[in-house]
Amino acid sequence: MAEEKEKKDINEDEVIGKAYDSHLMRRLLQYLKPYRWLVILAIVLTIGVSLATTIRPYLTKIAVDNYIINKDEIGLRNIILILFGTLIFQGILQYSMTYLTQWIGQKTIYDLRMNLFKHLQQLSMNFFDRNPVGRLVTRLTNDIEVLNEMFSSGIVMVFADIFTIAGILFFMFSLSWQLTLISLSVIIPLAYATVIFRKKVRIAYRDVRFLIAKMNSFLQEHVSGILVVKIFNKENKMKDDFEKINYDHTAANKKSVLYYSVFFPIVELIGAISVALIIWYGGGKVVQGALTLGILISFIQYAEMFFRPIRDLSEKYNIMQTAMASSERIFNLMDQKTIIPDPEKPLELKNVKGNIEFKDVYFAYIKDEHVLKNISFSIKQGEKIAFVGATGAGKTTIINLLCRFYDVQKGEILLDGINIKDIRKEDLRKNISLVLQDIFLFSDTIENNINLSNENIPLEKVKKAAEIIGIDNFIDKLPNGYQQNVKERGVTLSQGQRQLITFARALVYEPKILILDEATSSVDTHSEILIQNAIEKLMEGRTSIIIAHRLSTIQKCDKIIVMHKGEIRESGTHQQLLELGGIYSKLYQLQYKESLAQ
Amino acid sequence: MTYLKRLLPYLKVYKKKLLLGFTVIVFGAVFTNIIPFVISRAIDSIKTNVEFSSLGGYALITVGFALLSGVFLYFTRQTIIVVSREIENDLRNDFVTHIREQDLQYFHFHPTGEVMALATNDISAVRNFLGPGIMYSSETFINFIMALSLMLSLNVHLTLIAVLPIPLISYVVYRVGKSINYKFERVQSQFSDLTTRAQENLAGIKVVKSYVRENSEYEIFERESKNYQEKNMSLAIVQSFSFPMMFLLTGISVVIVLYIGGNMVIDGSLSIGQLTAFIIYLGLLTWPIIAFGWIVNLTQRANASMMRLCHVFDSKPEINDTEITDNNITAIKGEIEFRDVSFKYGTDLPFVLKDINLKIKNGETIGIIGHTGSGKSSIINLIPRLFDSVNGEILIDGINIKKIPLNVLRSSIGYVPQETFLFSDTIENNISYGNEKLDKEKIIAASKISQLYKDIDLLPKRFEAILGERGINLSGGQKQRASIARAIAVNPKILILDDAFSAVDTYTEEEILSGLRDVMENRTTILISHRVSTLKNSDRIIVLKDGRIVETGTHASLIQQEGIYADIYFKQLLEQELEKLD
Repeated sequence: MAEEKEKKDINEDEVIGKAYDSHLMRRLLQYLKPYRWLVILAIVLTIGVSLATTIRPYLTKIAVDNYIINKDEIGLRNIILILFGTLIFQGILQYSMTYLTQWIGQKTIYDLRMNLFKHLQQLSMNFFDRNPVGRLVTRLTNDIEVLNEMFSSGIVMVFADIFTIAGILFFMFSLSWQLTLISLSVIIPLAYATVIFRKKVRIAYRDVRFLIAKMNSFLQEHVSGILVVKIFNKENKMKDDFEKINYDHTAANKKSVLYYSVFFPIVELIGAISVALIIWYGGGKVVQGALTLGILISFIQYAEMFFRPIRDLSEKYNIMQTAMASSERIFNLMDQKTIIPDPEKPLELKNVKGNIEFKDVYFAYIKDEHVLKNISFSIKQGEKIAFVGATGAGKTTIINLLCRFYDVQKGEILLDGINIKDIRKEDLRKNISLVLQDIFLFSDTIENNINLSNENIPLEKVKKAAEIIGIDNFIDKLPNGYQQNVKERGVTLSQGQRQLITFARALVYEPKILILDEATSSVDTHSEILIQNAIEKLMEGRTSIIIAHRLSTIQKCDKIIVMHKGEIRESGTHQQLLELGGIYSKLYQLQYKESLAQ
Repeated sequence: MTYLKRLLPYLKVYKKKLLLGFTVIVFGAVFTNIIPFVISRAIDSIKTNVEFSSLGGYALITVGFALLSGVFLYFTRQTIIVVSREIENDLRNDFVTHIREQDLQYFHFHPTGEVMALATNDISAVRNFLGPGIMYSSETFINFIMALSLMLSLNVHLTLIAVLPIPLISYVVYRVGKSINYKFERVQSQFSDLTTRAQENLAGIKVVKSYVRENSEYEIFERESKNYQEKNMSLAIVQSFSFPMMFLLTGISVVIVLYIGGNMVIDGSLSIGQLTAFIIYLGLLTWPIIAFGWIVNLTQRANASMMRLCHVFDSKPEINDTEITDNNITAIKGEIEFRDVSFKYGTDLPFVLKDINLKIKNGETIGIIGHTGSGKSSIINLIPRLFDSVNGEILIDGINIKKIPLNVLRSSIGYVPQETFLFSDTIENNISYGNEKLDKEKIIAASKISQLYKDIDLLPKRFEAILGERGINLSGGQKQRASIARAIAVNPKILILDDAFSAVDTYTEEEILSGLRDVMENRTTILISHRVSTLKNSDRIIVLKDGRIVETGTHASLIQQEGIYADIYFKQLLEQELEKLD
């Protein structure tokens, strides 16, 4: 039972749903709409392809009956030329159709992917807190890739199969309806065999998939935990345990091999029976003169042709099933509406000065678990303010609220006297540069990491910022200078250098408000002096908010606010707080000792 | 194809089954190819106005032959494809056998994902060659010979004309396949770039939002997306081309046969039945011709994969028992000595341990403290020989550890790694991981010492509870305590705890330590910690800085020294005071 449940869990991300869901389908078709004329053209082309394919046995029949039997060499040459023409015609049409459907597929999934990406960019931090990055990446990549198959080969090819079947039936019936019925009577056992086979194989594959997942997670786990395996001397156990899973996996595979070994010969046998029926019944009719030899030969060809589109159709069923499951996941994401809204009538921000005020602010990430309580303070233009306090005191949350990554639950935050809810997020954030504790660099050039690919910030400005921050010497020494990709093999940036790049980034955006969130905590002593200087330069003439463990950074600040368990407990200058002899003075002693230890 | 030779020993194991398989293929091909012959006779007999009943005879023979060929087809799959699955199984076992023996160094340079790709993709590529590859190539070969000889027996002239385009078709399939492979790889690599960008954008969403870069991020992603689309279209051009091209070429050869053959029928040198047979044979040959190019690609891929696998098979671990190993050593006591030991993780990397000299007495408890990167973990990794020192030597009981059999050495050590790692298995199996024959009482005892027992008691399935993604999730502290229990359960001579209390609170730490005191009494114990509270009762404490031992002594004597240790101690005292504030 447990294993059954496990199997279900593992397959959850795969096919379980319906092959057709009208609601999802309607939304998917929206994406085909811009290309509807091309889709129609593709469908028209499939009609041509189907016609060209299915007419050939008919032409063969004419060649045999009218010309070969009647010894008409010119007639034969003409019909051969026609046959040749249909071949070329079919080749060209088929090529255009395949290319066209691929093109449509690529275009639609491109649109869909960009739509989803745009949507993700708009979602609030709250959403990203709850959804692991890996899952979102899968939606943007693999899930959309699945839809490609549906858009490109799914929809149009279904028409192709149906048209081909229709074409074959049309020609067969027009040649001899009795022989058609007799030769196609084998479809019933074939359909029966296919249904049974599909059922069996699906179960077998489910087992195989389950065991592959089991095998992969075993390997994944033991390779990443190889230290433990080795230290406890368990290499043999690892091998034995793996062999067991591997054995089961092989056994499950052999089971599906068995189904195939039975099914394929049966399909061929059924095909042969159909041909035998044509020879036996049709041959008799030919002898009686009721049918011609050409009809007989064309029927043998049609019988061979008939089974392929039927098999294809059942494959399409699988494609549709997976596509429906993927599109459901994608649209679920698209329906996420955790967006921090911009005001309907935003106030214009002109010449931001950088006065900040928090008025009785309360905030909780999870309902009723307040991480900020009754926070009020004000920062005047150009002031340098520091927040200190133990981990979890609420320092970072204050910044998250100021940048409007989250909205306050009570109270208000004012920028130059305007409630930040009344201005557009973009206008607000444009005036703020945020340097985070977790240094984040893209796998991109130094230049693009500093200006964040902003074309309005030219290279000279980037260079200037790097110079002010004091990292220009280092960058100039890199093999490719500012065009050096930071994640290429061989280029190792120290933590300090990476941090300085983010400082240059903050500087180049010329913000009115600068926020440093523990931006110096992960730096070695060597870079410390460089960074100290850089920070001084950064703060010049700006409203600055610093969160730091190292009190050395903040001693010169105009005001220090001490947070403790979500509340403001002390505030004042360095000297005032030391005299107070409260939390700050304790923290200071702690830091002082630490700096001694270094 | 040199690497595929390495598969011969694997194939040899299934020699009989394979031989049977090849025989069966031959028989299957005989009956498959004889059917068109029968049909041609049937059609010709219609022309000569035979009895109705003899047509029934032909029909029965067709079905009978199809049945026989079906039976052989069944056995072909049951032998050759099954053997390919068996070899896949053997190959994968061998792979795991080799991978588990690699030094930790190997895993430093080959991330888990890479190892996984070898075990899955590369082995699959080899299997595809062994199964479908071998089956279709031999089927193709035999069918080709059979059809060709039967066609020749019908009419030499027409046969030569019919097979004329075949080399061309095969060549086209091969070239197109090659180009598809190349373009496909480019698509894959762009797909991975696209994924990377998506991944980075979402991981750095806070930076993106705070600098209002959503639009430029959109543009960058759009560029990658466009590029991906273009690479896909470039693949589509070739892919859309391949099938129509193949059908066109095979179709042309049918038309040529119909024309030349039709003329031959007209002048009486060929019967209408024979012409039909030719057309059917060409249909039969279409697949083998197409398959040929496909198989060539399959083989090339398998060879590349086999090459990567052989790298693993051929790389011998450096840390292993050698000729200097003394197999008479079956147990150790626990005295450890470092003599002028230096160590670095790679030839072009800096030394992380420099001139370490340290003697740990049997039964002694040693504490190691120092800042991140000072070399604490590196020092203890050398004792169980997870890495070998670059210079100097390490002795246990006065014997160089390289002389002690690896399994004796490691099974004498109980180790709690810094990063807690538990398997997705039951709690019981996790605790008894190092000693499977452990009875329940000892497991319970170990869990009691590590203060995990109370937590386990609260779980519905207690010791049978399964951990991990599909089971229950323990807290960081609980996991760490399970990892401690696992180390104790080995009943080791040397106990090593690498920052083993980082995720448990000081109160629980105190409890575990007092429980451990009895355990530690008669074994050599090494404690690494950031916290003074963990170490202060050790017999001796050493302080590491930049890979060197800079201070040694007891808690009291180190406080008096007023060095690094004393600083750390006072700092932590203050921290505790702060925590007590409300």
